[in-house]
Amino acid sequence: MNVEVVFFYVVAVVAIASALLMITRRNPMQSVLFLIVNFFCLAVLYLFLHAQFIAIVQILVYAGAIMVLFLFVIMLLNLGDEQMPPEKVSFRKIISYCLAGVVLLQILVGIDLPMGMTWGGVSPRSAEIGTVEFLGKSLYTDYLFPFEITSILLLAAIVGVMVLAKKKFN
Amino acid sequence: MEISSIPLHYYLGLSAVLFVIGVAGVLTRRNAIVVFMCIELMLNSVNLTLVAFSSYLGTTTGQILVFFVMAVAAAEAAVGLAIIIALFRNKQTVDINEINIMKW
Amino acid sequence: MYNYVGYIVLAPFVGFLLNGLFGKKINSEKLSGIIGAGAVGLSFAGAVSIFFEMLNSPVEGRSHIVTIFNWITAGSLSINAAYQVDQLSILMTLVVTGVGFLIHVYSIGYMHGDHGFWRFFAYLNLFIFMMLNLVLANNFLLMFLGWEGVGLCSFLLIGFWHDRKFDTGGYKPGSAMTTDAAKKAFIVNRIGDFGFLIAMFMIFQFFGSLSFDDVFSRAAAVGTVGDKTFFWITLLLFLGATGKSAQIPLFIWLPDAMAGPTPVSALIHAATMVTAGVYMVARCSILFVLAPATMNIIAIVGVATAVFAATMGLVQNDIKKVLAYSTVSQLGYMFLGLGVGSFASGIFHVMTHAFFKALLFLGAGAVIHAMHDEQDIQNMGGLKSKMPTTYKTFFIAALAIAGIPPLSGFFSKDEILFQAFSHGSVVFWVLGWLTAGLTAFYMFRLVSLTFEGTERWGHDKHPHEAPKAMTIPLIILAVLSVVGGLVGIPLSLGGNNAIEHWLDPIFEHANVRLLLVPQSDTSIEYLLMALSVAIAVAGIWFARKIYLKNPEIAEKVSSSFRGIYKLLWNKYYVDELYDGAIVTPTVKISEKLLWKGIDVGIIDGIVNGSGTLTRWVSSQLRKIQTGFAQNYALAIVVGVIVILGILFGR
Repeated sequence: MNVEVVFFYVVAVVAIASALLMITRRNPMQSVLFLIVNFFCLAVLYLFLHAQFIAIVQILVYAGAIMVLFLFVIMLLNLGDEQMPPEKVSFRKIISYCLAGVVLLQILVGIDLPMGMTWGGVSPRSAEIGTVEFLGKSLYTDYLFPFEITSILLLAAIVGVMVLAKKKFN
Repeated sequence: MEISSIPLHYYLGLSAVLFVIGVAGVLTRRNAIVVFMCIELMLNSVNLTLVAFSSYLGTTTGQILVFFVMAVAAAEAAVGLAIIIALFRNKQTVDINEINIMKW
Repeated sequence: MYNYVGYIVLAPFVGFLLNGLFGKKINSEKLSGIIGAGAVGLSFAGAVSIFFEMLNSPVEGRSHIVTIFNWITAGSLSINAAYQVDQLSILMTLVVTGVGFLIHVYSIGYMHGDHGFWRFFAYLNLFIFMMLNLVLANNFLLMFLGWEGVGLCSFLLIGFWHDRKFDTGGYKPGSAMTTDAAKKAFIVNRIGDFGFLIAMFMIFQFFGSLSFDDVFSRAAAVGTVGDKTFFWITLLLFLGATGKSAQIPLFIWLPDAMAGPTPVSALIHAATMVTAGVYMVARCSILFVLAPATMNIIAIVGVATAVFAATMGLVQNDIKKVLAYSTVSQLGYMFLGLGVGSFASGIFHVMTHAFFKALLFLGAGAVIHAMHDEQDIQNMGGLKSKMPTTYKTFFIAALAIAGIPPLSGFFSKDEILFQAFSHGSVVFWVLGWLTAGLTAFYMFRLVSLTFEGTERWGHDKHPHEAPKAMTIPLIILAVLSVVGGLVGIPLSLGGNNAIEHWLDPIFEHANVRLLLVPQSDTSIEYLLMALSVAIAVAGIWFARKIYLKNPEIAEKVSSSFRGIYKLLWNKYYVDELYDGAIVTPTVKISEKLLWKGIDVGIIDGIVNGSGTLTRWVSSQLRKIQTGFAQNYALAIVVGVIVILGILFGR
């Protein structure tokens, strides 16, 4: 058995387990922490795929910034545990899980179809692609326009946040 | 580095599972913030798919897209949390079952 | 001259427009009267000139068709507004415009002071216009236009005093207005018109055309007699005639039509409109001759109506009602004549009847006017000294209708009876003969109770003779009633039966088919004549004896035959029968089933229901918007499943 494959399985299991735990915890803090674990696993997987830049950005932005933001909000709002619903097993939960299962089955079936083709391994160019310079070159030449637009998007987000979260001074 | 021998569909399968877990979380949880986090999980699973394809096909398109997805996700998370704070100020709760004024 | 026939028809229409549109503004009785009477007078003058031109032309050249314009062209149907000027139509035109003119003049006096004066003359002129269209038309559709038009004018004129109550005499007392009588006339006419309409459809389908020339020439070329098609066509045409000419079963409107002003009764319901049915049957003689069964039916219905109506006239106390039943009875005579194949005698009686019946009605109008709208003859009497001219002319008309020679009524009635005897059956003659006796009786009952005997009216009434405008037409009509029969003196009495010869070319196709047995010898004719005169004289003598000398005999008879008297006085309960059997069920069905059931329930239900359904559906659909975001997310997931299923299912 290939070391890589074993390693992949371990990381994958951890990712799935942390995701499952995330959606079932009652304490929102615990959910946040498990999500962070999930993000770290994903970063490792990115490294497996030779996407160095993306891996680092994942940790920096997602785990480092977004999740911290979530934590701040949770602590700010001083939320307690999520209240248990009156009935133990709710109709909605069952339906939701069933539908989610159906979607999973459909996607898996969908993935299976192109598996008639044999995918080789990772492309030999992947190491070259994943570097910062290469991505940067691609970003600033081919994808310059979306890049600039994204800056405007971030500006809009900033303005929106300030307006929405402002305390009213009467 | 030697060629990785992990088949592509392993990554795709993992991504699908994470995505579906995110969907289940969105449909099930009542805390608005947790729902947001499940949405982030869904976005990340898609990121994984994109990066996997990018590596296996040898193009940069996937990774560039991931770049933008992350930027958008960050912006959206910020704005969404701001909305939740504003909501909390009015209703003192983040239980989404309490927020149901826009109905028939 | 013939080409001016369009103007003859148009003049009354112009009079209608002038009086109708400007009459109220003019506000002058004199002017409205001049316009109204003048228009008809012009028509009469035109008709007379055409008549003289016809007299001076050879027999073959007497029939002309004058086309005014092309009215309808649709596929194979082509109808012109065209007038057929021939011996029959000119005769009818003369009667209509002549008697009409006299009645217009009379109305100037009679309607004096009425605030609807201009409206009256407008309607009268419209009526003359429609009637002229009817008698002059050269195709069925134009005749039908006139047919319907005179029905409309009858409606308008019966209900002229639309705010007055009307006594229907025993049947639902106290509740009826004159407008109800007008509606009754129109609706009953409509039933007949339905028959006419279906007959027109059948004629068009069978003959491919509606113009008289085409239809009659094609009919004349038909070999077989007694074809089913002809039977139905003629039967339906006759149904129309029973409606318009008040025969059994559709006579019920005529007595109630007396609600209208008396000139209306004289013109429309005595002299002209009610004869439209007779004219129509005479015009379509060839069609009727090809259906002997229908001819039988016509004769039977005619004689039955004659007897029926005469019996009802015996006990009426309203002066106009007696005359109304008399009209129905005399119309029965005309149809009897037509039914046995003598079309000319029917038309002859139309002419003479127009004279003396119009005279009777106008005289009655003078009496009513003088007695301040009193119409019950039990409250009259002894008027002959107060209204001598009216009395004398009325007496002459009564003699004429009773059939006393040498007045006009004798010749026309006798001709019909003789034809009924020769070509019909003895039964027809006997019934007609009995009716003549009854006619004489009730007419002179009327004369005696109204003009002679003791004065039974209160001293608040001051009867006086009518003004000149009213008495001059009476005198003219009296002269006509006396001499009008001279055109029809039969061969047996030395005349040459001018009117029959005049009308021969019209009926020649029919007469060929009829294969009329040559007339019985003149001795029978003399015998029959003597018998009719005898029974007429007997009727007059009995009436005068009872009502002038011994009125208590009438009381005794009516009380000992209480049942029959009641039956007659209630007009054989025919109105009640129709009401119970036809009218009430129809009204009930219309109300309960058609209105409430179908119209409100189903049709409104569907329309309103679709609105209610939409509202209900949307009230259920909007419950999807629960406000819970997770429900919406659930819906999105379901959508995703569906799409993925479709995508990956291929």
